[in-house]
Amino acid sequence: MFEARPINRQNQTIERIWRGVFLAMTLVLVIPVLVILGVLVVRGGPMISWAFLTTEPTNGMTEGGVLPALLGTIALVLVALIASVPVGVAAAVYLSEYAADNWLTRTINLAIINLAGVPSIVHALFGLGAFVLFFQFGTSILAASLTLAVMALPVVIVSTRESLQAVPMAFREACWNMGATRWQTIRTVVLPNSISGILTGVILEVSRTAGETAPIMFTGAAFFLPFLPQSVYDQTMALSLHLFVISTQVPGVPDGLPYGVALVLVGIVLLMNSVSIAFRTWLRGRKKW
Amino acid sequence: MVDAAPQPKVKVSVKDLAIQYGGKAALSGVNLEIREHEIFGIIGPAGSGKTSFLRVLNRMDEMTTGMTFTGTVAIDGRDVRAWRNLYALRSRIGVVFPLPVGLPLSIYDNVALSPRLRGIRSASDLDEIVERCLRRAALWDEVKDRLQSLGSLLSGGQQQRLTIARALSQEPELLLLDEFSIAVDPVTTMKIEDVLKELRSEMTIVLVTNLVQQARRLADRTAFFLSGAFVEVGKTEDLFTGPVTDPRTREYVEGRFG
Amino acid sequence: MAPTPPDDHASDRRNLDWYVDRGMRWIVTVGGVSAIVFIIGIFAFVTREGFPFLFDGFEAGEFFGSPAWRPTSEPNPTYGALALIAGTASVTGLAVLSAVPFSLGAAIYIAEFATGRTREVLKVLVELLAAIPSVVWGFIGLSMMNPLIIAIFDVPVGLNVLNAGLILGLMAAPIMTTIAEDALKAVPDAYREAGEAMGATRWQVTMRVVLPAAKNGLMAAVLLGVGRGFGETMAVLMASGHSINLPTSPFDSVRALTATIAAELGETAVGSEHYQALFTLGMLLFAVTFSINLAADLFVRGVRRG
Repeated sequence: MFEARPINRQNQTIERIWRGVFLAMTLVLVIPVLVILGVLVVRGGPMISWAFLTTEPTNGMTEGGVLPALLGTIALVLVALIASVPVGVAAAVYLSEYAADNWLTRTINLAIINLAGVPSIVHALFGLGAFVLFFQFGTSILAASLTLAVMALPVVIVSTRESLQAVPMAFREACWNMGATRWQTIRTVVLPNSISGILTGVILEVSRTAGETAPIMFTGAAFFLPFLPQSVYDQTMALSLHLFVISTQVPGVPDGLPYGVALVLVGIVLLMNSVSIAFRTWLRGRKKW
Repeated sequence: MVDAAPQPKVKVSVKDLAIQYGGKAALSGVNLEIREHEIFGIIGPAGSGKTSFLRVLNRMDEMTTGMTFTGTVAIDGRDVRAWRNLYALRSRIGVVFPLPVGLPLSIYDNVALSPRLRGIRSASDLDEIVERCLRRAALWDEVKDRLQSLGSLLSGGQQQRLTIARALSQEPELLLLDEFSIAVDPVTTMKIEDVLKELRSEMTIVLVTNLVQQARRLADRTAFFLSGAFVEVGKTEDLFTGPVTDPRTREYVEGRFG
Repeated sequence: MAPTPPDDHASDRRNLDWYVDRGMRWIVTVGGVSAIVFIIGIFAFVTREGFPFLFDGFEAGEFFGSPAWRPTSEPNPTYGALALIAGTASVTGLAVLSAVPFSLGAAIYIAEFATGRTREVLKVLVELLAAIPSVVWGFIGLSMMNPLIIAIFDVPVGLNVLNAGLILGLMAAPIMTTIAEDALKAVPDAYREAGEAMGATRWQVTMRVVLPAAKNGLMAAVLLGVGRGFGETMAVLMASGHSINLPTSPFDSVRALTATIAAELGETAVGSEHYQALFTLGMLLFAVTFSINLAADLFVRGVRRG
């Protein structure tokens, strides 16, 4: 009675075929990543050494290490974090904890979506017009980092808002009913239970910011600097721009060198991403309510 | 002045209260008084506006999008709208919800939260408050050895008693209970009911319940709400056996609908 | 009426906590409003620098109709952006054409077929794909795709529409996959169960029930992918060959709007006509991506309402 009818068997075959097609499509997307990472490791790996990370580029950037670019990227990311995290978290707290469903909230949400969609080169133009020229920070770490901070703002806001909203409404209600103010509620119950999620978002921001090139090209990153920056008003080298420069602008660069630089950059970015992913997985496994 | 028996003091007086959500009426025509040190029951089928009524008493309408009310609600003769610091008003009113809410803090911090918000910092004072409130809520013996574990991971019945302990830590004048037994086993329900009877001497209790018999067991006087309208209020026993003004009240308490 | 007990007034004072709450509300509101300030600021500053050109050197007919982008030719510089627009359009078009089917396929597989560990691993890989910086993609186009294209198609140069398009496709794929997967996940399980209860197989349910129900979200995914490709700078700069051309085949080198700004801005004097013209390209980019994002948002809203 429950024997499979022919039509069902045919359906199952079609099902299996489709399943295979969709799987193949997925693999077309993910296999190139693995291949690319593999090539980077194979060709760039031999370049990586302690000296590569701790010496300056020499001989017209055709030899030597990446130290100033590495430190520059770290400086750019740090200043960008300092500028964007407080603003982004504040905005997320507003949207998640205070905002009513009104025109202001809708406008802010629309602004965030658009901020995330503006091309990076337009952010660069904005950074040049606003921070370098109008506010007269000059081409400097400060101007470049602020440009990166504006770019990264939507990432911080969206991920923070998600972690805040993951805290059940009932906890807030319970606090409010006890006479806690909104801020006391946020401070005692909401933030402590979303801080790990917020951190995950911040790590993700680090990863994105470290790889950006266009926004810093005209605002603070230099092709080559023979010295390390002394303050946020100095220019700096950066890994991303360094990769662009040695692979397109400098003649006579040995084949392996750009692979080495690319590997360092991708290494930082993927390390941050993996930390963020691991953190998130750990969070999901931890049951607090 | 020359009354033979002194009238009991009025704790809460409600006149012509009507509540709306986004302009749609949720409850209307409420006129009643809640006396000091009584357990005041509110019964009625789901959706009759009982919870909305409680939310007005501690002005949670202000935290609720779209919720508004008209009429006057006065506690100790003072209009709840007159409060400039609503948080101070709410801190004097304890609330227990239908579904228990153990905050994701330690059991200790759950109970110490309200005193801390009031500015009590001394560890010995806090220890004393925590122990007293947990004892009063009949939870102390079960949790005294694990005060640092998460309150949100206790069983449902324990979380409900934790919620009560937290409400007591506010040293409230008014305790609002909203169908507290919905998610709680019968044994815990009985324990909590005993606690409530003891608390009556210290505070005024408003007990919203879906169980008519619970109101009969506990409440001195009871009001009946039906689909967004206030029907009547009277001595609890009268609703069951005495004269009622509206025949629907008797039908409801006898379980013929709802 | 009983007189108000004195202790009411005593406790009804706006204390420090009240004012702290008020203050924090202001602070976080400023944080929220800053997003609006920044988007307006971007528009204002890009316009501010590019505006003079609109009145002076700019001719709409030339800008949109001529492929001659010769900002440095003296004494008569020309600012025809047609070839740049064509470059962006061809690269983005190829990227979307190549990425959409695979992204939707991957989204369907991850949302509807994959389970447990496989699902998690695939999601992580898609996320890693999204994490690779655009300058690294450009480098990949330059150093891996270029020789590959020369070898396979026997063409003299491998930096062209094909190269940049495929790179951009890979870059746009993760965002499309993620958003499409969200849209599929947003379809209530009840729909699937209803379908399967009637004896339909998983793919029948997917085709006839889930995809139609998620179509707005999928549309938004495609639009955001287009926006991503359209605005991409470094990868296109490095992989497209960067020569001004109206492309006639995928093997032509082209130059994109974004890449033009990136390549030329460093060599212009602040305030010069050329400098202003580059900001005008920026205004065009801003306007187009703004519209794309607005449209995508409307589609997403449609999903929520539906």
